[in-house]
Amino acid sequence: MKISLVEYDAGNLPSVERALARQGIETERAATPGAIRAAEALILPGVGHFGQLMRTLAARGLAGPVREAIERGTPLLGICLGLQALFAESDEAPGEAGLEIFAGRVVALPPTDKLPHMGWNQLRRVRPSALLEGVPADAYFYFAHTYAALEAGEAAVALCDHAAPFVAALERANLFAVQFHPEKSGDAGARVLANFVARARGNGHS
Amino acid sequence: MTLARRIIPCLDTDGERVVKGVRFVNLRDAGDPAALAARYNREGADELVVLDIAASRDHRPTFLETIRRVAAELAIPLSAGGGVATVDEGRAILRAGADKLTVNTAALRRPELLTELAAEFGSQAVVLAIDAKRTGDHWEAFVRGGRDSAGCDALEWAREGAARGAGEILLTSMDRDGTRSGFDLALTSAVSRAVSVPVIASGGADTPTDFLDVFVEGRADAALAASIFHDAVQGLGELKRFLASRDVPVRLV
Repeated sequence: MKISLVEYDAGNLPSVERALARQGIETERAATPGAIRAAEALILPGVGHFGQLMRTLAARGLAGPVREAIERGTPLLGICLGLQALFAESDEAPGEAGLEIFAGRVVALPPTDKLPHMGWNQLRRVRPSALLEGVPADAYFYFAHTYAALEAGEAAVALCDHAAPFVAALERANLFAVQFHPEKSGDAGARVLANFVARARGNGHS
Repeated sequence: MTLARRIIPCLDTDGERVVKGVRFVNLRDAGDPAALAARYNREGADELVVLDIAASRDHRPTFLETIRRVAAELAIPLSAGGGVATVDEGRAILRAGADKLTVNTAALRRPELLTELAAEFGSQAVVLAIDAKRTGDHWEAFVRGGRDSAGCDALEWAREGAARGAGEILLTSMDRDGTRSGFDLALTSAVSRAVSVPVIASGGADTPTDFLDVFVEGRADAALAASIFHDAVQGLGELKRFLASRDVPVRLV
């Protein structure tokens, strides 16, 4: 099974490709509506600005197909800004609509700690998680962000605390997203990517 | 659950090879950047910085190739820079595989560069490098690899840089750089208190106690060193275990 990476010119795509290639996982870039519709599993990577991401997805006609893929149950992993894009809106780009899979708003973390939240932090698990299966409870993950989703209802499986508690990982059926960068998080991050791919494969065979 | 303090090895390169010197002079060869990157990735570095200290336009393609080779070895974040003066040059470095850009001289000459880079790539991808030197009762920012004074106060510049969009300050004490006499705690703590973004302390690292001091007294969020890691004077794992034993939150691998 190939994993399709949604390509929209922003940042960390090569890092994600390399991290998957190290585990022998094949990837391809999905830059057109057709490629997204045909994908067996998707990763929405993300670095940059919420408004710019949404505008680029819209300009390329990708926002609708990504939303439809999620609604059809195509396995999808959102990374960093790719998690934030699943929400309805963000403080980073007021007035700009997100993918609206989750109703809430992504907010600026309060300035009670140094921001951006930059570096390695641990997670607080709040529900059983397929993504975090086999990952040690005290593992560190790499974060680099200023905005965050403070809640995601029953979908939130792990939180992190920096300035405020926020959603570090969420899961709902075949939809997965993490605020940290698994592709930059050493062995723990590699395990999260492997867990996503295993779930996506399981989905294909069922 | 606390954000870990980061230990960051730095590779100063002439574009192609790792070089090192004392107080920015007497450079000598210190190895292949990709080989060093692989070693630090394995030994538990939290991040890696690669700088092109020659930074001349004609060998820029060589440096981009170095970034590609280094990035291929890493499962941790990479910052890269040296001579970045435009958004396009920044994009080339990020496309080559860096997660963050470090900018120095060009930002002092034209501070709007920080805003432009942050708008394009996000503040989390913009690191402002400040080379600071004690001058009388304050610290001055220096440019061009430490050759010229920029005629501006390092603390003021750190504040302005963060306000303009830098997401992190890489602060090098030119008085301590290469001397192995410990980090400049007064400088680091002054800058760390002055800005709301993370501060990476650099210059003067020698013993594990120097790192403990810069995290506790110097209030640094991360600490960077080069030669003590390259020469294996200090092992990363051993350093982190020492810090953990002194209650500094670190990521042990």
